[in-house]
Amino acid sequence: MMYDVIIVGGGPAGFAAALYSARANLKTLLLEKLFSGGQMATTDLIENYPGFEEPINGFDLAVQMENQAKKYGTEVVNDEVIDLELEGKIKTVKTTGKEYKSKTVILSMGAFPRELGLPGENRLKGRGISYCATCDGSFYRDLDVAVIGGGDTAVEDANYLSRLCKKVYLIHRRDSLRATKALQDEIFKNKKTEIVWDSVITGIDGDESVESITIKNVKTDSETKLKVDGIFVAVGTIPNSDLVKNKVRLSKSNYIITDERMETNIPGVFACGDIREKVLRQIITAASDGAIAAFFAEKHVGSI
Amino acid sequence: MLGTNVREIESKEEFNSHVNENETTVICAGRRGPMCVPVYGAMAQMEKEKKFSEIEFRVVDFDTNAAMMIRTHEKCRNFMGLPFTVYYKDGEIVHATSSIQSRKQIEEHLDEYLL
Repeated sequence: MMYDVIIVGGGPAGFAAALYSARANLKTLLLEKLFSGGQMATTDLIENYPGFEEPINGFDLAVQMENQAKKYGTEVVNDEVIDLELEGKIKTVKTTGKEYKSKTVILSMGAFPRELGLPGENRLKGRGISYCATCDGSFYRDLDVAVIGGGDTAVEDANYLSRLCKKVYLIHRRDSLRATKALQDEIFKNKKTEIVWDSVITGIDGDESVESITIKNVKTDSETKLKVDGIFVAVGTIPNSDLVKNKVRLSKSNYIITDERMETNIPGVFACGDIREKVLRQIITAASDGAIAAFFAEKHVGSI
Repeated sequence: MLGTNVREIESKEEFNSHVNENETTVICAGRRGPMCVPVYGAMAQMEKEKKFSEIEFRVVDFDTNAAMMIRTHEKCRNFMGLPFTVYYKDGEIVHATSSIQSRKQIEEHLDEYLL
């Protein structure tokens, strides 16, 4: 079966691309490993996506995006892509069960959370160290936790966890937060959270589970121990670009480099969302990328 | 239902008979979350490649009764991250992990505890 557009990855970028592609009457297939929404689906409440006066749950938004894309004719298949042949006019997408052909491919595989890289992190993963507040927050009910980071995810996580935990420390390496003002306002008002400024985590202690962490003030170099039962890591992301390593041009941090049309260095191959090298990684910018990628994929199909 | 590419255990009875009837099995108890999906994916790949054909791979929904044996097991006592992955040999849990694991890590556990 020949498709006009195959989209790899079902986050907001992928579903926006699918919506625009299907509405352009292109034969569109979206392949997603398992669940729709990507990182968005793990966000408790989304307050900055236009059209929702009241905050919407990330998983619910993902379901709506999928249904909307399907309504206009997108075929959605849950299967893992294991290889891509992107050169030439016709691209091949191999999954664990099938092989698909397409005139264009849109890469929207997103990103996953970055680890701290500290000794003991791997051993205590799932025993006090977590990378997903909405996944694991309920295990920390009435306990003390620390969130590491200062961006939107870290502040959102701290606000979310404060509804479950006894005390939430937000450890941030700078003297101001990078998170959006609305999130900052919320955390500054939150009586259950405490921000530890200018500090980085340098050690994790505990045998069977996390018992305490060592934090260093980067301005004074002084170290202190903080007794916590859990650590939530929100220090950025790593792109899911292994599949296209040595196939499309990547940045030093392994994000896919595209032009303004979202096209990679290979004609007919586009990238959108968090996997792309860009300044602002948000649901709305992912959706915008997806729309642009689909628009130019349509142009490419028309030119063949 | 988790809707993965790995066979899913749906009841307590099925769980018990599966564990008793298979010499070596790995069961992953999770949700449809970002830490769980990579583990399901690695298990599906290993099953498909038949690299560990003597080992049965299964998933179970963490919030169902079917997963109670895992949720309440002594070896999972300090676990605070999904998914809980347990390695059974001759009806006994010989190893268990909490949170995301790479395929390489799962293979190391298989080599060390089940083979």
